[in-house]
Amino acid sequence: MILGDISDIPLGEGRAYAVDDTQIAVFRLRDGSVRALSAVCPHRGGPLADGQIDLKFVVCPLHLNTFDLATGCSTGDLPPLTVYAVRVDDHDQLILEDS
Amino acid sequence: MPQRLVVVGNGMAGARTVEEILARRGDFTITMFGDEPYGNYNRIMLSNLLAGVEDESGIFLNDLGWYADNGITLHHGQRIARIDRFSKHVYTSDGTATPYDKLIIATGSRAHVPPIPGIHRSGRGYHQGVFAFRTLDDTRNMIRYARDHERAVVIGGGLLGLEAARGLQNHLSHVTLVHSAGHLMNAQLSAQAGDILRGSVEKLGIEVVTGARTTEILGKHAVTGVKLADGRTIPCDVVVVAAGIRANSEVAEISGLVVERGIVVDDQMRAQDEPDIYAVGECVQHRGETYGLVAPLWDQARVLADHITGKADAAYHGSRVATKLKVAGVDVAAMGLVAPERDDDEVVTFAEPRKGVYKSVIIRDGRLVGATLVGDIGKVAFLMQAFDRGLALPEERAELMFDLGGPSAEVSPAEMADDEQVCNCNGVTKGTVVSCVQGGCKTVNGVMDKTKAGKGCGTCKGLVAQIVEWAAGGEVEVDPAASWYVPGVPMPKPELMRAIREHRLTSVSSVFAKLTPGGDEDAKSKMGLASLLKMMWGDEYDDERDARFINDRVHANIQRDGTFSVVPQMKGGVTTPAQLRRIAEVAERHQVPMVKLTGGQRIDLLGVPKDKLPQIWADLDMPSGWAYGKSFRTVKTCVGSEFCRFGVGDSTSLGIAIEERYQGIEGPGKLKLAVTGCPRNCAEAYVKDVGVVAIDGGKWEIYVGGAAGAHVRKGDLLVTVDTAEEVIRLTGRFIQYYRENGNWLERTYAFVPRVGIDHLRSLLLDDSEGIADSLDAAISASVAAYKDPWQERSSPVTPGQFRTSLPLTVLS
Repeated sequence: MILGDISDIPLGEGRAYAVDDTQIAVFRLRDGSVRALSAVCPHRGGPLADGQIDLKFVVCPLHLNTFDLATGCSTGDLPPLTVYAVRVDDHDQLILEDS
Repeated sequence: MPQRLVVVGNGMAGARTVEEILARRGDFTITMFGDEPYGNYNRIMLSNLLAGVEDESGIFLNDLGWYADNGITLHHGQRIARIDRFSKHVYTSDGTATPYDKLIIATGSRAHVPPIPGIHRSGRGYHQGVFAFRTLDDTRNMIRYARDHERAVVIGGGLLGLEAARGLQNHLSHVTLVHSAGHLMNAQLSAQAGDILRGSVEKLGIEVVTGARTTEILGKHAVTGVKLADGRTIPCDVVVVAAGIRANSEVAEISGLVVERGIVVDDQMRAQDEPDIYAVGECVQHRGETYGLVAPLWDQARVLADHITGKADAAYHGSRVATKLKVAGVDVAAMGLVAPERDDDEVVTFAEPRKGVYKSVIIRDGRLVGATLVGDIGKVAFLMQAFDRGLALPEERAELMFDLGGPSAEVSPAEMADDEQVCNCNGVTKGTVVSCVQGGCKTVNGVMDKTKAGKGCGTCKGLVAQIVEWAAGGEVEVDPAASWYVPGVPMPKPELMRAIREHRLTSVSSVFAKLTPGGDEDAKSKMGLASLLKMMWGDEYDDERDARFINDRVHANIQRDGTFSVVPQMKGGVTTPAQLRRIAEVAERHQVPMVKLTGGQRIDLLGVPKDKLPQIWADLDMPSGWAYGKSFRTVKTCVGSEFCRFGVGDSTSLGIAIEERYQGIEGPGKLKLAVTGCPRNCAEAYVKDVGVVAIDGGKWEIYVGGAAGAHVRKGDLLVTVDTAEEVIRLTGRFIQYYRENGNWLERTYAFVPRVGIDHLRSLLLDDSEGIADSLDAAISASVAAYKDPWQERSSPVTPGQFRTSLPLTVLS
C-alpha cells in the first residue's frame, strides 16, 4: 500500500498515517531509512509521530518514554509497540508492506 | 447471615469507623444511635461556623441520605441509656431494646463545665447568657444570642476557648478571655510561647486575662458579669465556657465496663474483658492516654475496622500527637514535649515577640522529641516527619527552624521507610530506587531513566542521588554524564561551546557528527543543542526542525490528549476590550473546549488540534505569547502607580517594555518575570526568575533566581537602580549571562545560588571580568533577530508541519 510521497516526512521527523483501523507513525531517519510503529504510546496515549528521534529510538513527547525504532520495545517497562514493515520505492513512494 | 453491628454515637469517631468498615466490605447489618438530631458533622468546623467563614451546610460530613444509601439504620435524637452485656442488647432511655452481635461505643466527649456558682439556674440548665461550646446547637444558640448583646467573656484559654473568642468577635464588640493557668494553651505551649501567642491574640482585639480563676457568674435574670478570685469583676452579657472536655463514659460505666478517665480499651480497641464491645474516639482511654484531637481518632477507626473485619494483626499502639492549627487566626504547631525533661535534652529556641513568632525544638539523643511553632510554621512538615519517624536531624540545628536557602533539610536515606515516596510526580518509592540499584544499575542517571524517579518536576533529583549512593554502598559509579550539557555529547557546557565555535558547527546534526564518538545522534540531546546553537549563532544557526521538540515545531504547548494550547501575547497582562472580543470570537468560532486565565496573566485557549493552529493564529492576528518554550515567557505586572493608591512606580509600563524587548528569547530553561509597583508584591516579583520591585523614591529593585513552582525560593537582590532603562539593560545582561552559562534545563533558582549572588554582582555590575559589553551586545543581537513564530501560519516551514498526529482520517 502506498502511504504517500517520502517528501511528506521531513528528515528526522515522523508523520502519522491511518490504515484501516490502525494508526501508524512513520519516521524518516537522518540516514535516509524509514521505520514504522504503532502511533499511540501505550503509557498515556501520546502521539509518537510528534516525538523526537535519532537512529535508534523515538521519545514520546508527553512523558519522554522511549521505544526502539527497529523492535518497538520500550526502554522502560511498557508494553512494546507494533512494528510495521515500510520502505521507499524507486519513485520515492512510501510503501507499507502487507503484514 | 450478617452480624448485627450497633454503633452508639454518631459523631466523627462513630461515623468514621463505620466508613472504614464499609470500605473493607465488612458483612454487617449496621444500626447507629446519635444523640443529636442530625447526620454527622465536622465538629472541628464549629469554630468556622461561629466565625462566619463556613455555613452549616459546609460542615456536614454525611447527610441523612448517606445512611440510607449504605443500608444503615440511624436513630438520631435517641440516647442510649444502658447496655446489657450479657443478653447483648442496648436500651434507649424510653426502654426500647436493640440486640447486637458487635457493639461500638463512640460517645465522644462533652464540654467540661466547672462548678462555678451562678453558672446554672436551678431547674433551667445554664444561666441565661451562659453557653458551652461543643455542639451544633450550642453554636447556633450562641450566635443567635450574641447578636443582640455586646460583651462576652470566654472562660478557658485553651484551643477551644481561643477559637470561641475569635469567633465571637464576629458577633459582638468586646471579647475577654479568662484563663486560670498562667499562659494560653498551657497544655501544648511553654510559658514563653504562650505569652507570644497572647500578644498576637491581643492584637486582634481580644482582651486576655491569665492566672484568673472565675469564682462567680453574676446577674439575677441574665448574666451581667463574671467575678474573679482576686475580686475583680468583668462586666459582660454573654459567657462561653470552654474549659476542656470530659469523656462521655457514664453509660459504659453504669453498664459495668471498666472506665477510668475514659473507657479502657486494649490495642484492638476492645473494652477490657469484653470480646464483643469496642470503643473509639474521645470517650476512650488507651494505654493511659485520652485524646482530644482528630488524628488519633482516625488511627483508632482504622485499627478497629481492620480488627472487626477479620484482619488478625491489627493493633493500635497509641498516637504521637502532633497538631497544626490556626488558633484564632494565628498559626500554631505543637508536637511531643512542651519542655525538656532531662538534663541533657537539647533545646533550641528562637523568639521574636514583636512579630509574634516563636520556635522551639527539643532534641534527645539526636532525635526530635518536641517542637513548638507559633506565628511561622514554615518548617512544620519536616518537623512532623522527623518527629513521627525519628529521622536523623541536620547538624545545623537552625535548619530545623529556618529555610537557610540551601536544599531543604536533608533526610538520611538510611532513615527513610521503604514505602516512602521519593518522587511525587511519578510515584516512585525509596524501595523501587533501592531495588533498581541492587539490580545492577549503579549510576544516578541510569536509575532515574529506569525508575522515572526525578523525571517529573525534578525537585527530588538530589534525594534520588543520595539514595542511589547509599544503596550502592560506596560503589556508586561516577557518572561522567552528570556534568555534560546534554546526555549525548560528552562535554560540559563551556567545553562544548568552545568546540562548537572552533569547528563552526552551526547545526545540531553537525555537532553530533563532529563531537560524539561514532558520530551518533541522540534524540534526548537535540532540544538542548538546538537552544544552545540558536543562542550562539543567531541568524547563522542552521535550524534543522527535527532538532526541535514538538512544542517548538508548532509553537504551542502539547497537552495530555495530544491537542495544543494557544496563548497569545498579552504584554504585562494588559489587554483591551477589542482584544478580548477577538479572543472570544475565535474561541467561539473554533469551539475551543476551554478558555482559561493563566498564572502569567494571559488567556489560554486549550484543546486546539494541531491542524487548527494556523487558522486560529490567523483569526487571532496576535503575536505568540511563547507559553511553550524554554524561553522568556511573560512579565506579570500590577497596576502600579497608574491606578493603585499604594503604587510607587509605573510597573505596567516597565513590564510591557521588558516583554516587548525580550519576548521569546531562548534560554536553558524558561524565564518568568514580574514587575510590581510596590513592595506589597501583588505581581509576585520576589518569586520570579527576574522580579522587579518599585520602592519609594523612584527606585527599582531587581531580584534574580526566584521561583514559586515545585521549588519555592525568594530571589536574591541583584541591585537597586534609579531608572527603568537601567532595569531593562541589567535584565538583558542577566538573561544573557544565564543563557551562556546555565546548564540545560537549569532554572535560575538553581543557577543563581550555584554561581552565587555576590559573584553575579561583581560580573554584571562591577564588570570584574570585562564581559558586560559583550553580554549587552549579544542579547541585543538576539533581540534584533526576533521573529514572531506564529507568522509561519501562512507558509509552513516543513511538509505537514501542522498535520495532526492523532486521531486521523483513514486512508482509503
